[in-house]
Amino acid sequence: MEKKLIFSGLLAGAVGGLTAWIFALLFAEPLIDRAIAYEDGRAAAQEALDRAAGFAIPAEEGGDVVSRGIQSTLGLGVGLFAFGLAMGALFAVTYAVCLGRTGQIRARPLALLVAAAGFVTVSLIPFIKYPANPPAASNDETVGDRASLFLLTLVIGVLVAVIATAVGQQLKLRLGTWNAALIAGAGFVAVIAIALLILPPLGHLDANVAATGAEHNTETPRALRDPDGTIVFPGFPADVLAEFRVYSVAAQALLWAVIGLVFAPLADRLLRSGQRPGVAPPQRETVGI
Amino acid sequence: MSSTTPTAHTTTAATPLVIPTSAAMTWLMGTTALAMIVYYFIGVEQGATAIFNGAQVHEFVHDARHFLGFPCH
Repeated sequence: MEKKLIFSGLLAGAVGGLTAWIFALLFAEPLIDRAIAYEDGRAAAQEALDRAAGFAIPAEEGGDVVSRGIQSTLGLGVGLFAFGLAMGALFAVTYAVCLGRTGQIRARPLALLVAAAGFVTVSLIPFIKYPANPPAASNDETVGDRASLFLLTLVIGVLVAVIATAVGQQLKLRLGTWNAALIAGAGFVAVIAIALLILPPLGHLDANVAATGAEHNTETPRALRDPDGTIVFPGFPADVLAEFRVYSVAAQALLWAVIGLVFAPLADRLLRSGQRPGVAPPQRETVGI
Repeated sequence: MSSTTPTAHTTTAATPLVIPTSAAMTWLMGTTALAMIVYYFIGVEQGATAIFNGAQVHEFVHDARHFLGFPCH
């Protein structure tokens, strides 16, 4: 049974990954192009400033290891497809463990609930504190710190979700399903909110404080100024950043929704056949489609 | 599947069966480990940490990495 569930999860993840790919081709790539245009323009402005100040201009690095044409099509697709497969697999494992251990929830509603939990813990909670950035909107030197903090928010979210689910199952015996779910859910939100408040904003990382001279909230590139303080190149375009982030979280909501919706009927059929091997189907109440 | 199989679902199904995690542990743990390795290569490799030298992995999945919210440059 677990093998069939995992296979179903992979199938659901594959469909979800392909859906996210199409979404990204339509909505993410134009923004990535604008972000790269900003990066190029800013680099040129910086070079002009450096030249005026008499600094040596470093030689141009070799061309891209992978061309933009590949990155923006095949690379994007392989990345999202593989991510979808991985999430589909983790989804199926979670689903298999939850089956029968989380109360009387039926096969299909449980699929949607596990997908929602996957979205919240893997995608949404890290996004709330450390949202997605298009190229050129981050500080290269902080990538290690940012990766650690990003993964930490994910691990905290998963752990707290597991604990909240277990606590909810215990409370259910005394308080009933509705009240137990509300209390466990509120506890989850409270603990996550506190954790996210405690974690440092990216602008407070040492490398960013050193670079900007102040504790800004984020590390989004600010306007480039010449020695007189005149702005020679603007800060990172706010519209590109905002749209990229909206589409990023929307794509992940789409991915998880597709995983849940594709997996639900597959699991329903698997569990139905697993329950009654070779036995006539139970009395059915025909409700149409 | 027979064409006479009803497509409507019963509303009286029993609780779904439980998978004994002890017996299924190999598959559940193996799948989890593989999925986490894929997650790592899509999101982190040749960024914050690197198993392989160079930037091919990073560059190939570059756009997906940004769009999925992983920290990148």
